Amino acid sequence: MWKIAWQIARQGIATEAAPADSGDLRVLQESVHGEILDILGQALTIRQVDAGSCNGCELEIHALNNPYYNIEGLGIKFVASPRHADMLLVTGPVARNMELALRRTYEATPAPKLVVAVGDCGCSGGIFGESYASCGRVSNVIPVDLAIPGCPPAPLEILRGILTAVRRIRAAAEPIVPAVAEAARGDRSA
Amino acid sequence: MRIADLNLDLVRLASAPPVRHAVVDRASWQAVALQVARARGRLVSLWGCDSRHRGPGSMVVSAAYALPDGLLWIDLPLPGETPSYPDVSTHFPFAGRMQRATADLLGIHADDFADRRRWLDHGAWIAQGFALRAGSRVRSGADSQESDDYAFVRVEGDGVHEIPVGPVHAGIIEPGHFRFSIVGEKVLRLEQRLGYVHKGIERRFSELAPLDAHRLAGRVSGDSTVAGAWAYCMALESALASPAPPRAQWLRALMLERERVANHLGDLGALANDAALAFGLAQFSRLREDWLRLSMAAFGHRLMMDCVVPGGVTADLDTAMIVRIHSQCEAVEAEVRTLRATFDEHAGLQDRFIGTGQVAPELAAQLGLAGLAGRASGQAFDLRCDQPWAPYEELRVSKAGSAAGDVAARVAVRFDETLESLRLIRTLCTGLPAGDRQRDLEVTTQPARGAGWVEGWRGEVFVALELDAGAIQRCHCHDPSWQNWPVLEHAVIGNIVPDFPLINKSFNLSYSGHDL
Repeated sequence: MWKIAWQIARQGIATEAAPADSGDLRVLQESVHGEILDILGQALTIRQVDAGSCNGCELEIHALNNPYYNIEGLGIKFVASPRHADMLLVTGPVARNMELALRRTYEATPAPKLVVAVGDCGCSGGIFGESYASCGRVSNVIPVDLAIPGCPPAPLEILRGILTAVRRIRAAAEPIVPAVAEAARGDRSA
Repeated sequence: MRIADLNLDLVRLASAPPVRHAVVDRASWQAVALQVARARGRLVSLWGCDSRHRGPGSMVVSAAYALPDGLLWIDLPLPGETPSYPDVSTHFPFAGRMQRATADLLGIHADDFADRRRWLDHGAWIAQGFALRAGSRVRSGADSQESDDYAFVRVEGDGVHEIPVGPVHAGIIEPGHFRFSIVGEKVLRLEQRLGYVHKGIERRFSELAPLDAHRLAGRVSGDSTVAGAWAYCMALESALASPAPPRAQWLRALMLERERVANHLGDLGALANDAALAFGLAQFSRLREDWLRLSMAAFGHRLMMDCVVPGGVTADLDTAMIVRIHSQCEAVEAEVRTLRATFDEHAGLQDRFIGTGQVAPELAAQLGLAGLAGRASGQAFDLRCDQPWAPYEELRVSKAGSAAGDVAARVAVRFDETLESLRLIRTLCTGLPAGDRQRDLEVTTQPARGAGWVEGWRGEVFVALELDAGAIQRCHCHDPSWQNWPVLEHAVIGNIVPDFPLINKSFNLSYSGHDL
């Protein structure tokens, strides 16, 4: 046990600052926290859906959970069901064998139902394109709010895309869930 | 038994690990399967090809077998309108799924093979023809209606119930369907249904230029991008009888070993996490991130995608970078040894690992368990040792192994292989030969055949390539997940459902590499 404690203490905190929505400027964890709460009134929950990727994008999405990016520390959590999710993070060209599953996952997701397509395949079909077995880009199957190019995009690019998609909700005139957002603000000021 | 003992009309391909090719008739197709099985050789892959353009032609079914003196690739031409070939799944059980896939893609069937259920085809594809037949009609844009009538085997009995899982899984993981039949917490049976991420890779190959298709081979399974791209480039270079220069071979091996370490670091952390030791995930994922960042600095890509190209590699290393890579190996080795001691002494972790998901060596041999998982179940095969190609012939790789066959054994093999790869990378750094990192290739317009065979981190990756008129006629990519998915069904029998994620992770098989 002491070895584990020693190893944790010796390594210290590896977490780096999160990216701003454009450029390379990084922002403080607290401000991302606050922003997500302001916009959603709660932590951001993401359901990742591999609709046909080569698993390269999954490796980089996994990396968001490592201590350097520490995505949970920003108030962003991957959840096990689309019914618990604010956002779908979809990878791959959509395999025709996954088309129905992706549509059903989308239907099961409650508002704000953000969809972020990850990787060149999600953006354009990538090297796989459209074929008897591939529907191509994610937006050919479900509406997409934001697409993150890259093969695969680096973790920081994925994180930047996720934050940009959330910020776009605020850019839209009305908050998606005003009552919840108000309640959250009240709680924090109390 | 050696390949020459089979009395076939053999042609030696210009490949790095020895590959011999032969055209056979039905009788010798059956005889080869029987003799290879008796001699404890391995079936590496089975696939089909539409060769009707080559004259009074036919469909062809092919098989690749591994024997002590190399790889044997046999082609059996199948004349007639409804072609069929002798079943080999009686000798090699996992061939069943490859036979079903070949039936889905090409419409050729194995005689007397009882399982006629579709495997990759879920009813969402083209209305007419088969994807890999020349001139088949390709449907586009229509809505798919997945057929939900797949006939899973039902387990009957008092208190038996089913848990259907997937295709969308509860994690950051590829899609597939698992049907558990359980009583209480105990798994009586697991049946997999895969094919969800089939995206038409093999047909796509024939639309790409031979000098561009390494990019597709590197995306068959993203976690094995170096292995896939190298196997493809090896196949192309063997078809063109034009091997890459020595420095390129060494740099490819350096990348392959870096890919192995990256995956093992990721898996060791994830395995600890699945056994509720989050500390392990935090530590290993930190090491993995450091590792990927140096790959980015050295080769320009975190996963080293598109870094292995026909004729060589895209990036060269200067002395400063070689020093950085060397010293990172030393730092990571120290950390991995510390963490291994922590794992070994952690009673809770070992309690979850030991005895879980066991595959005894006899069962592993019978089912053809391959690669890393095979070595953890007494199947001592590693191409880097058995058929060392350049530069492995100079590296004398030490083969990891265990006969325990449980999660603990697969963890131990990962630790051993990580440490061995760290040694290999340092040797590769110090011995890197001078010279060019790439040579120009000229694609011949003559028909040509090549094979690539590489020990990736998961197991042996195989590519069979046929060129004609300067284009890809057929490119078949084989990932060892084909061998190992069916064994996972056996590994979970008698275990409890909550141990499934741990057992599954200990194999860490590719869905994409299997579904193609």
